[in-house]
Amino acid sequence: MSDNQHDKHQSSSQQEAPSHIDAEKRKFLIATSAVGAVGVAAVAVPFVKSMTPSERAKAAGAPVEVDISKIEPGTMMTAEWRGKPVWIINRTDEMTAELAKHNDQLSDPNCDVISQQPSYCKNADRSIKPNLAVIVGICTHLGCSPTAKLQVGGDMGDKWVGGFFCPCHGSKFDLAGRVYKGSPAPINLVVPPYKYLTDNTLLIGVDTEVKA
Amino acid sequence: MTDKNKSVLANALDNTVSWVDERFPLTSNIKAHLTEYYAPKNFNFWYFFGSLAMLVLVLQIVTGIFLTMHYKPDADLAFGSVEYIMRDVPWGWLIRYMHSTGASMFFVVVYLHMFRGIIYSSYRNPRELIWLFGVAIFLCLMGEAFFGYLLPWGQMSYWGAQVIVNLFSAIPFVGPDVSEWLRGDYLVSDATLNRFFAFHVIALPLVLLGLVVTHLIALHEVGSNNPDGIEIKKLKDKKTGIPLDGIAFHPYYTVKDLVGVVVFLMVFSAIIFFAPEMGGYFLEANNFVPADALKTPAHIAPVWYFTPYYSILRAVPPVMNSQFPGVAAMGLSVMVFALLPWLDKGAVKSIRYRGSLYKKWLAAFVVSFIVLGYLGTVPSNIWGQFGSMLGNADRATVVARVFTVIYFAFFILMPWYTKKDKTLPVPERVTG
Repeated sequence: MSDNQHDKHQSSSQQEAPSHIDAEKRKFLIATSAVGAVGVAAVAVPFVKSMTPSERAKAAGAPVEVDISKIEPGTMMTAEWRGKPVWIINRTDEMTAELAKHNDQLSDPNCDVISQQPSYCKNADRSIKPNLAVIVGICTHLGCSPTAKLQVGGDMGDKWVGGFFCPCHGSKFDLAGRVYKGSPAPINLVVPPYKYLTDNTLLIGVDTEVKA
Repeated sequence: MTDKNKSVLANALDNTVSWVDERFPLTSNIKAHLTEYYAPKNFNFWYFFGSLAMLVLVLQIVTGIFLTMHYKPDADLAFGSVEYIMRDVPWGWLIRYMHSTGASMFFVVVYLHMFRGIIYSSYRNPRELIWLFGVAIFLCLMGEAFFGYLLPWGQMSYWGAQVIVNLFSAIPFVGPDVSEWLRGDYLVSDATLNRFFAFHVIALPLVLLGLVVTHLIALHEVGSNNPDGIEIKKLKDKKTGIPLDGIAFHPYYTVKDLVGVVVFLMVFSAIIFFAPEMGGYFLEANNFVPADALKTPAHIAPVWYFTPYYSILRAVPPVMNSQFPGVAAMGLSVMVFALLPWLDKGAVKSIRYRGSLYKKWLAAFVVSFIVLGYLGTVPSNIWGQFGSMLGNADRATVVARVFTVIYFAFFILMPWYTKKDKTLPVPERVTG
């Protein structure tokens, strides 16, 4: 303890000694430090960039072909596109009729947030053919995959008209992937670009607007 | 330097120590931090948890090193390698359970340590920096827990990481790029697992150790607070300069802390041997299912130590089509602890001399922390819905909103109620 105090005392008396400041040398030292800082920042770039998606990750985004002939009305299947689940729901006529009836409970019933669907799906059913919905099954809140609750009522309560429920934070969506008001999810689920190759085959990830 | 009254061995030891002391400050450091570091003599039960946190840190580092000898940070191999550790590696199950139980016990100990800091206002002048280093340790620990949780590559690992990384995408403008940069891919994948492994076993442990050292340096510079919240350095023995209410850390508190260590290890062992999963709170059932990018488990919840903040995230509704307010509220609910030294305007430090107003607010905070913690472990529709009058809102969500408000009110209103509080007179010397 006493040794420390002694040291401190000595060093402070040494600091009192210089009476004038060498401005030239100080300017030089500041300039050197600034150049050094730029160098450090430049070296940081490759390290930061190394954490972005690799070329291999970028390449793994090819469109997928899906056979939809076996989806019974009122049921759905899940395809994988870019590692994400894509739901393909064969909606019954009752289901599509219901879509127009609860617009007042939705955040964005008319799909005005254009990033969430291709322009050809900005319609009442959010689909090319009214009965067949194609939706990316990733919640717009924090990326969980909502659970299908296609049937009316059930464990979702009497007022439930069929849709999707996100188990993570309780967001609710209708059968067109439109989000109900009061959900943590801010916007509708994404409809991916897709097109019909035949009546029974879908190609997800590419649409007719995009020239190959 | 031989002393004829001492044995050959004792002389050899003396000579060795003085040889070292001429080259490295060994004896002076032992004195400064142990044998001549004077701590208040009235430490109580709450003062066990600092040394216990150090014990758990050592346990986590040692068990972690041995786990990395068998674990494979690869999306195809990770899940299997954890099962391999559990089944085929001799004693692997014990080391893994020590590590997984250690993670939860780390938070138990740290939460109690923080609570001690709050009830005795150990964060206040001159200990603000100790507290800030402590908050940084807490953040680092949360990062360790989060990165480590992805490594078993189970369903909960996967979807937990998915949700937390997506929290960053809620930040306006740069968010989506930040979360893509963190993942290193467009979804949580092998690239994410590999880097989380690097963070978990190298980057954050180094930061954590550095922070623990600064936490202790700052503590030993100003000295410990105590349950009376008074400064023992004000009254010193005139001859020796030793605080009248101070006792040497070693042997007095090393021995006291050893009792704490023994009791802690009894509890720790009981969990490891009888309830390593702790009914799903320490190890979640869904994490025994390999990660599946296409299917979120029907009920996902973070491990218990994150649930109060997770509840706050869920409780805050989106504003203007953005989930940023919820994410910001969650971030704030953790960061706000750092402001305590400046929010508390009380005339006294210790809860012993605080008035009833402060105690009521503290009780309200503890209750909201626990209720939010509970609600974070259950689905938001657990208590059903209110009627259409209240917009069919989930009852649990409404309750979480109320307690979120109380949680923040504890901090925001602190300058007001600590000032207004009727405090008791503080004694000159520490009491029992």
